[in-house]
Amino acid sequence: MKKTVFLGALTVAGLVAGVASAATLDDVKARGAMNCGVTTGLVGFAAPDANGVWEGFDVSVCRAVAAAVFGNGDAVEFVPTTGETRFTALASGEIDLLARNTTWTFSRDTDLKFDFVGVNYYDGQGFMVPKALGVSSAKDLDGATVCIQTGTTTELNLADYFRINNISYQPVPIQTNAEAQQQYLAGACDVYTTDASGLAATRATFEAPGDHILLPEIISKEPLGPLVRHGDNDWGDIAMWTLNALISAEELGITSANVAELSAAPTDNPEINRLLGTEGDLGAMIGLSADWARNAIAAGGNYGEIFEKNIGEATPIGLARGLNAQWTDGGLLYSPPFR
Amino acid sequence: MTTANAKNPSYVRETMLPQAAPPLGQKGAVRWMMENLFSSPLNTILTLVSIYVIYAVITGLYPQFANSVWSADSLSECREILASEGLGSHDGFCFAVIQDRWRQLLFGFYPNTEYWRPVLALVLLIVGIMPVLFDSIPRKFIIGTLLMPFALFFLLWGGSIWGPVSVALGFALGWAVLKYATPIIGELGGIIVATIIPVLYWLFLVGPIVGVLHSILPIGLEFIASKAFGGFMLSIVIGVASIVLSLPLGILLALGRSSDMLIINKLSTGFIEIIRGVPLIVWLFTASLLLNYFLPPGTNFDLMLRVIIMVTLFSAAYIAEVVRGGLAALPKGQYEGGDSLGLNYWQSMRLVVLPQALKISIPGIVNTFIGLFKDTTLVVFIGLLDPIGLTGSIRASTDWNGIYWELYIFIGLMFFIFCFSMGRYSLYLEKKLQREHC
Amino acid sequence: MSVSEAPKPAFRLSQLIYDSRYRSLTIQVVTLALFCLGLWWLGNNAYANLDKLGLTPDFGFLQTRAGYDIGETLIPYDSSSTHGRAALVGIFNTLLLAAMGCSTALVIGVLAGVLRLSKNWVVSKLMSFYVEGFRNVPLLLWIFLIFAIFTESRPPPNTFKPNADGIAENEMWLGAIASTNQGTFIPSLSFSTLGWVIWLTLALALVAVYFLAKYAKKIQSETGRIVPVLLPAIGIIVVPLVVAYFALSAISSKTEYTFVAVGAEQSMDLATYSEAIGRPDYCAIGSETGAVNGRRYIEEAEVNFRRRDFFGQSDAQSAFEQGTCNLIAVPVATAEAIAADLTEGLRNKAVAGVLTDRYMEGQAIEVSYPVMSPKGIPRFEGGGKISNPLIALWIALSLYTGAFIAETVRAGILSVSKGQTEAAAALGIRPNRLMQLVVLPQALRVIIPPLISQFLNLTKNSSLAIAVSYPDIRGTLGGITLNQTGRALECMLLLGIFYLALSLAISFVMNIYNNRMKLKER
Repeated sequence: MKKTVFLGALTVAGLVAGVASAATLDDVKARGAMNCGVTTGLVGFAAPDANGVWEGFDVSVCRAVAAAVFGNGDAVEFVPTTGETRFTALASGEIDLLARNTTWTFSRDTDLKFDFVGVNYYDGQGFMVPKALGVSSAKDLDGATVCIQTGTTTELNLADYFRINNISYQPVPIQTNAEAQQQYLAGACDVYTTDASGLAATRATFEAPGDHILLPEIISKEPLGPLVRHGDNDWGDIAMWTLNALISAEELGITSANVAELSAAPTDNPEINRLLGTEGDLGAMIGLSADWARNAIAAGGNYGEIFEKNIGEATPIGLARGLNAQWTDGGLLYSPPFR
Repeated sequence: MTTANAKNPSYVRETMLPQAAPPLGQKGAVRWMMENLFSSPLNTILTLVSIYVIYAVITGLYPQFANSVWSADSLSECREILASEGLGSHDGFCFAVIQDRWRQLLFGFYPNTEYWRPVLALVLLIVGIMPVLFDSIPRKFIIGTLLMPFALFFLLWGGSIWGPVSVALGFALGWAVLKYATPIIGELGGIIVATIIPVLYWLFLVGPIVGVLHSILPIGLEFIASKAFGGFMLSIVIGVASIVLSLPLGILLALGRSSDMLIINKLSTGFIEIIRGVPLIVWLFTASLLLNYFLPPGTNFDLMLRVIIMVTLFSAAYIAEVVRGGLAALPKGQYEGGDSLGLNYWQSMRLVVLPQALKISIPGIVNTFIGLFKDTTLVVFIGLLDPIGLTGSIRASTDWNGIYWELYIFIGLMFFIFCFSMGRYSLYLEKKLQREHC
Repeated sequence: MSVSEAPKPAFRLSQLIYDSRYRSLTIQVVTLALFCLGLWWLGNNAYANLDKLGLTPDFGFLQTRAGYDIGETLIPYDSSSTHGRAALVGIFNTLLLAAMGCSTALVIGVLAGVLRLSKNWVVSKLMSFYVEGFRNVPLLLWIFLIFAIFTESRPPPNTFKPNADGIAENEMWLGAIASTNQGTFIPSLSFSTLGWVIWLTLALALVAVYFLAKYAKKIQSETGRIVPVLLPAIGIIVVPLVVAYFALSAISSKTEYTFVAVGAEQSMDLATYSEAIGRPDYCAIGSETGAVNGRRYIEEAEVNFRRRDFFGQSDAQSAFEQGTCNLIAVPVATAEAIAADLTEGLRNKAVAGVLTDRYMEGQAIEVSYPVMSPKGIPRFEGGGKISNPLIALWIALSLYTGAFIAETVRAGILSVSKGQTEAAAALGIRPNRLMQLVVLPQALRVIIPPLISQFLNLTKNSSLAIAVSYPDIRGTLGGITLNQTGRALECMLLLGIFYLALSLAISFVMNIYNNRMKLKER
């Protein structure tokens, strides 16, 4: 922070902030709010409502981390990022956490110098076609015009998949999901490909969802997760364990409704007690207060609640849990133990 | 001749006949139409084609507007309302989205309770700029114009009032140094000292001073971070801030480019050409992706500040060319007149050349501003939520997913009103200048 | 009388500030020092920041595999090409867009500018409406709107497919052009192997016309006699072309073609080959008559095949070697040699053989029409395609810049005083020559300088292709490549240099023209 004294006038104006990259947690605490990078708008994952309040699945992760640090899920500033600006925003310290349905890949983790803190949504790239096209497999798509969201891993997957299967196609790159939806509905492309969750969410908002089908092929693994800068492990741990706390909370049956009650006094289950801070001092180990996990869960509920509220089957998006169910229910969600 | 009159034969009229009405085809609307619309075959064809185009556009769009829905909470509700009137979902516009989201489109995420601040700022801006735009207002009011940016900043971002005040004091400090130190250390030394002292003051003293003053007398508005800025407010803030900040730089660059000094001339020319040769969108990406790398390590400039810095540099290059045009348009006699009065370079620039050159440059500057204001829409590509960026966010909410035309029509109309009125003003100014020159 | 020399005062340091002879030097040196200091400061910051993030500038990524496909390319490209080649694709697309935009913007601008001065009230009002509407609304919004209009108002390609009764929902315009919401499909030309002769003829004819025009001008300025140019010029261009066409067609319609196929055995014909292999992938080269007629031959043989489109023989052969396609049309004369050549290059040790089928190459120039694919997903095959993003950008850029050019043109025409026209008329110059000889040369002087900057603006605005994801240089190098490699500094630097060079090149060329048109003051 010292360096900013030199830029006195601008700092006073609140337009320049210092980043002492050694400890993001200290910076966040000094600032009084966390900066969280989200998309500029994706149905169910992040979008502002009429009052400018951000809502969505990714947004809830941000709120949970903010609640773990500050005890208040609103102590977070949302920074809309595009596919092109998201990594620089994180690398330059403009944001502290990027929760923008970003696929965990080797090069992003190593070459771009980031650390993924876990997976909050297991996804895979799929295809949506109108029923009238009469196609039942991606292998029949020879000669098709394909809408792809640009700036994502999907265009690389698509090129690889079609190349391996010797299928020719005409790519139509598109900036946003909303744009792609419009193009697809107008018939400007025969196929729309993106993460299967996105396809399902998009199809759900159509006037006639029944006229469109998702092809059975899932051509890639897309583990989407929040990420932080490489090198600040303390901050990475906070984000990682907040996410794990949300997952564990669901496994242990802690919900936003009963979290206050469960954390009022130690219960019979020692793991719940450790998680909620009524036993042991897990909070102190990652430099937070003892009730950090309690706050994180209270902010938006456990993983299952967040899922159901934003993208679950009760919402217009209507995604099934699928791979994102707890490991006990046949899914992939598996939080390391809290001890 | 008088004799001729006296012998006026009886077959010559003594009084004029009253003018007869022109033939039917040569008067009123018919004549006007014959002359203006159907004077030749080509003209007739053009007229008919134009009328058909107008007819097609109106009949194509009228039902859409006539059937538009103005109050609904979501697109699906809109469609239900249309369906209840027996219309398809594409037969009428759903302007309810504007009803629902106009605040966001105008002010972004600025807190509802603080809307008076940007509104007051806009009023202040218009009032403050009057002395520059209309010369019927006494010159001394220009001091108000100079103070306006600080007031605007305070209104928009808030925070302690001592921030803008102490920054403004820096300028006063520079002016005082220039005024009182110049007689002692000479012209050039005066300018150098008057630049260095305020800069040092801003860099090192403002922070502590504001801290002390604020702890003694805490006056201020709620601080609102740039992240809350959005919609038209964002476009206007970026446009106005960049033009205002780029004026001094642009004038310096223009002087540099018309200077005889080789190095200064080449540096200015190089800067102007490099900036003008590369599209704004590339500069914006630079602001978003790279600028932080070039700023002191350990600091983090607000994205909006970075955009303003970059757009300022961008518009400075364009302003410089406009001002250079103004400088070139002045008759040589004006420069020579200044020299013959024994004025030195800065004096003759300040007292003789620039006042006249800037006056003829104002229409050009206004046009640059219009262009820049339209170009602020490009910030959508680096994730700032200007009106077009907000359309994306609004369409990403489950309520309004699938809406399209209505938002663009609204935004286009707003831009048209802003730009058209400014364009008219600059036209008026140009005509006035022309009259004065003749 | 001796004039005493004025004493030469010794140089004092204070002269550097007070003596106006030296002061400018001082100022310049100080400025240069400050400038270098500023550069050093920026460079130092960048070095420190990049070092902290562990990034080092490296342009090696340009040589690595891009891995993504591009929808519209003017040069051969596929996902296994390098990032450098992707950037090149983008450069060509930018140049194409800029060239298309500049030419139509000029036409629209001149028309609108002239019509706005027209006495016809309706027309001039309509033009004012157009000019003001486009000038006062952001270009970005226009691009969005025009693109949306194309997407929403044009029918999808599948509506051109005939149903069971052979009736399609939409018919192609003149049976040759289909405007759909994926793009406009147009006929394209294909040339025989000797097609380059036609281009050469055309080039020579144009050179001849240039000299003819020059000669006519010389005669006119020397003697005042007007030498007709238009009709002879048309003759000079058309006659040799027609002759060349018929001469070449006589050769190419007698040239025998055949197919080289991977895995074809001795004396196998197309039908047996396709039975053996299942479904051959045919290397279609749209610009070559032989290849186009080869496809026709296969279609008529009613063989099940898939087409893969390529730019040229070499491009197709490399695809052949990678196994993307396995059937290619070649002249009989060189078929054996090509087959042997390919066999050497094939990766999977397969053998390429010549099929027994024979057909004629065709005319020197043939038109290839887009037709609906008979099988599979409804799409147009053959012909050319102008994609909707390109059309939308083209229209939006031309209309937007055209509005500005219209104002320039109007100002230029108004700047020619009425006396000039009247004087010319008094000299007995006829109206059409009056425009050409008196008004235009004077108006052009006023019009050209702002026109240059409008062309520059249009070129720079072509970077708004991002709005409709047209793969221009910003979309490939500054978009997907930047995004996939994370090399922001390098990509932005290259992008900046490209645009700067392009702008400088355009203003250089246009300034030469401007200097030629300028009033020569002697």
